[in-house]
Amino acid sequence: MTHAGLTSTMVGLLLLLGAYHGINPGMGWLFAVALGMQEQKGSAVARALVPIALGHALAIGTVVLAAALLGTALPRDVIRYAVAALLVGLGIHCLVGHWHPRWVRMQVGFRDLTVWSFLMASAHGAGLMVLPVLLGSSTVEAAVAGHHHIAATVSPLAGILATLVHTTAYLAVIGLLAWIIYRKVGLSLLRKTWFNFNLVWGAALVATGLFTLLL
Amino acid sequence: MSLMPDPTFYPSPGMAMQAPPERLAYVSLLNVGSNGQRDAMGVIDLDPSSSEYGRLVGQVDFPRGDNELHHFGWNACSACLCPQSAHPHMERRYLIVPGIGSSRIHILDTKPNPKQPKIVKVIEPEEFIRKTGYTSPHTIHCGPDGVYGSALGSASGDGPGGIFLMDANTFELKGQWEQDRGPQQLAYDFWWHLGHDTMVTSEWGTPNMVKNGLNPELLLGGKYGHKMHIFDLDKRRHVQELELGAEQQMVLELRPAHDPKKTYGFVGVVISLKDLSSSIWMWYRENAGKNGKWAARKVIEIPAEPAEPEKLPPLLQGFKAVPPLVSDINLSLDDRFLYVSCWGTGEFIQYDVSDPANPKKTGSIHVGGIVRRAAHPSKPKQSLNGGPQMVELSRDGKRVYFTNSLYSPWDEQFYPDGVKSWMVKIDAHPNGGINLDKQFFVEFDGLRAHQVRLEGGDASSDSYCYSDGK
Repeated sequence: MTHAGLTSTMVGLLLLLGAYHGINPGMGWLFAVALGMQEQKGSAVARALVPIALGHALAIGTVVLAAALLGTALPRDVIRYAVAALLVGLGIHCLVGHWHPRWVRMQVGFRDLTVWSFLMASAHGAGLMVLPVLLGSSTVEAAVAGHHHIAATVSPLAGILATLVHTTAYLAVIGLLAWIIYRKVGLSLLRKTWFNFNLVWGAALVATGLFTLLL
Repeated sequence: MSLMPDPTFYPSPGMAMQAPPERLAYVSLLNVGSNGQRDAMGVIDLDPSSSEYGRLVGQVDFPRGDNELHHFGWNACSACLCPQSAHPHMERRYLIVPGIGSSRIHILDTKPNPKQPKIVKVIEPEEFIRKTGYTSPHTIHCGPDGVYGSALGSASGDGPGGIFLMDANTFELKGQWEQDRGPQQLAYDFWWHLGHDTMVTSEWGTPNMVKNGLNPELLLGGKYGHKMHIFDLDKRRHVQELELGAEQQMVLELRPAHDPKKTYGFVGVVISLKDLSSSIWMWYRENAGKNGKWAARKVIEIPAEPAEPEKLPPLLQGFKAVPPLVSDINLSLDDRFLYVSCWGTGEFIQYDVSDPANPKKTGSIHVGGIVRRAAHPSKPKQSLNGGPQMVELSRDGKRVYFTNSLYSPWDEQFYPDGVKSWMVKIDAHPNGGINLDKQFFVEFDGLRAHQVRLEGGDASSDSYCYSDGK
């Protein structure tokens, strides 16, 4: 069953990726918790979640729509190889490098937080990681229709829907984590459980890149 | 890069207070004069159960002896956990050791053998000046996005001094930090309120004003620093100047509240031209409002003590008094106790600053002093010179360590008989009150002890981005 080109498998994968992006402390929920602790208000945590999710959605949506636009001009295989190369490259960079976006400011409003979240997601290739799911979906679509040669890469509508699905899972996870840590568990847990996400992230990027080649 | 966060990183100051006790101290050791000795980093055993407790158990000699080592710091600290650019998998491993005499920076690796650190990089003065435009690097702090340092002067040895940046992984100098320094010219110490995107800096004098010791002409003319500066930490722009009054000469150590929610801190002033007193000022945000301006007011005044001229060095004989000369201060991680070193009178004072605008004196001891020459209880007959100076405090707030050498040109002026260097330890009681640990008295042979850093972090090594909300 499909909706605007998204099969239920794709929706499931998008939700999983959203949850995965949400778990990473450096990508959102931890900043929300810090702002809550700074103001000593749970509402400050909740208030921060909206722009953080919006920034994340913009980062994902930009990449997905860019791919959709490029898809109208370029053969699907070119997009596929380019995405694979970018993913593997970024993954290796995450594994061996120690670069991360520079951001000092802690007093942040809605706009700052949106920009911050956009930058963090973009710098970590969050949108690129979502692309193979959509490329996969168009393969299935095309195969079902028996129109390999005319299959669109990603339809803009599917891209927008995919972004929404992904961000819903992302928001649910950052909201849940921020609430548990702020209200129940406290940050001391972080010292013992914050494994090196950059390494896992890098490995995930490389794996997704290689998977893209198989589509 | 590690798989888990460095166990010495703590999100909040309250959590850092639960840290295990330190077992080692790193102490910079200055060579004075041309006696063939070189500067060094000493390692002191602080483990009471060790047979070498209170002894120098390691020492790394530097290639040269002209560095005038000052306030060194770690490559990484709890600020790596800050949420806006979290990178918790760094290691607190390297000591970055600046020399104000040489403009040289030594990087020491403490990991392979914590008791015998290794020099892994030396930034020579030519490179430091070329890349930063500054001379005389003074204080090092690790920040959320890398290592920050202050420097006393420009390439010519005049003003302006300021702040420089260093990459925390490669130790490459990244140049001057300021986008707009406004009227700021003199520099000394700096620190910040991370939760409020605010940097605070203080003023001593340019290298040319201090290298030959305290210049009475400049001092009496009120030419040494008497201001503080507030910068936007993110935009790197000067925001406000806080004038303490021209008679308040030499505004040195800055100790902002550790709680990132709070907007106040303490700064020590060495000497008042009015009456030779020293003072502690509190800076704070007016109206507690977001757009409130910053202000500073004197909250502690420590008077000079009358003295017979023949007991005073030539510089002070005319005044017939010994000034307290507050040279260093330190604040416990719960922002409750402030420790103040009076290098002139030999007094070391503890204040309860729970109400920061109204400090209460809760403890005092004497060691050394220009006139007093107070002994240590372990050697009651041996009169000591120098006085309480660089003070460091354990994260749990229970143990305080200090050394007695200040700055070699000043050492000669105020203790012309030659500072014999020592380090002592004080036990601090949870609700106030201090006493000297009779078992802990380190004497240094020839070299002079200055800044102390404690293994795993201490009360002036780390900054935090998460408030405990007390």
